[in-house]
Amino acid sequence: MHDHDGHDHPHAPITNGDEPDAAARVRALEELLVEKGVVSRNDVRRRIDWLVSRAPADGARIVARAWVDPAFKERLLADARSAALELGLDPGPSPVVVALENSDEVHNMVVCTLCSCYPRALLGPPPDWYKSLPYRSRAVTDPRGVLDEFGVELDDGVELRVFDSTANIRYLVLPRRPAGTDGLSEDELASLVTRDSMIGVAVPAPPAAVS
Amino acid sequence: MTLAPGQRVRVSSRSHDGHNRTPAYLRGRIGTVERGHGSFTNPETRAYGADGLPERQLYLVGFEQREVWPGYPGRAADRVYADVFEHWLEEA
Repeated sequence: MHDHDGHDHPHAPITNGDEPDAAARVRALEELLVEKGVVSRNDVRRRIDWLVSRAPADGARIVARAWVDPAFKERLLADARSAALELGLDPGPSPVVVALENSDEVHNMVVCTLCSCYPRALLGPPPDWYKSLPYRSRAVTDPRGVLDEFGVELDDGVELRVFDSTANIRYLVLPRRPAGTDGLSEDELASLVTRDSMIGVAVPAPPAAVS
Repeated sequence: MTLAPGQRVRVSSRSHDGHNRTPAYLRGRIGTVERGHGSFTNPETRAYGADGLPERQLYLVGFEQREVWPGYPGRAADRVYADVFEHWLEEA
């Protein structure tokens, strides 16, 4: 309830609220691009529809297949774009998609220090923290500190590799298969694979720890 | 210039006005070519409405974190990788 013009209204002030300045700039840009005929409003809407139709479950299918099928994993590591197409997934417009395999010796994580480059076609829109300045700077200057805050403890001797991605190439982390999952089906394995584990800031939990 | 995996390179520290994708923290740093991604249009001219031609080779380059950040708190083996266009790389 607020008061103006000498009377009360039973509602909060109607404003743009917490809308970031960037949203107003994007709207202005869209208006100009439409006016100049560079894009149509339908192009913009189709693109947004495509983007929000993607989800981490798409990337998880790739990971689970790589866990159960060594030949597929080999093809994935050689050319992740073709491997995604093989599973009927749309790897998006980037001509090169690279899968980074975590192992006993190497842990990979992905950041975009310049903006928010991310394998959207395979993981959906990036989480807000991925686009935040603290993640974008600290993921390169103090990645072990970042992993610690995400609850990832790397074994002694594990080499940490941070990939600072830019617009041409998309990077997807292939996490390690958790122990105790020998009897699981490919679908059950896929359900263990989280978005954050494919960014490299989490590790898939064994089934007992899920739920 | 064609670079092969394993080759040592230095990222140019020349100043550059306008859009580019070479992270500032890697300027002047020495790293190792990990792989070639092929050729891509040049974002530094495309950003201003040009066609970005000729295409330029793009390389994945790995750097020792301790080479990039004096006082890096992690392990000596830790590395940071970035995709860098050929015209930002010098043989080292």
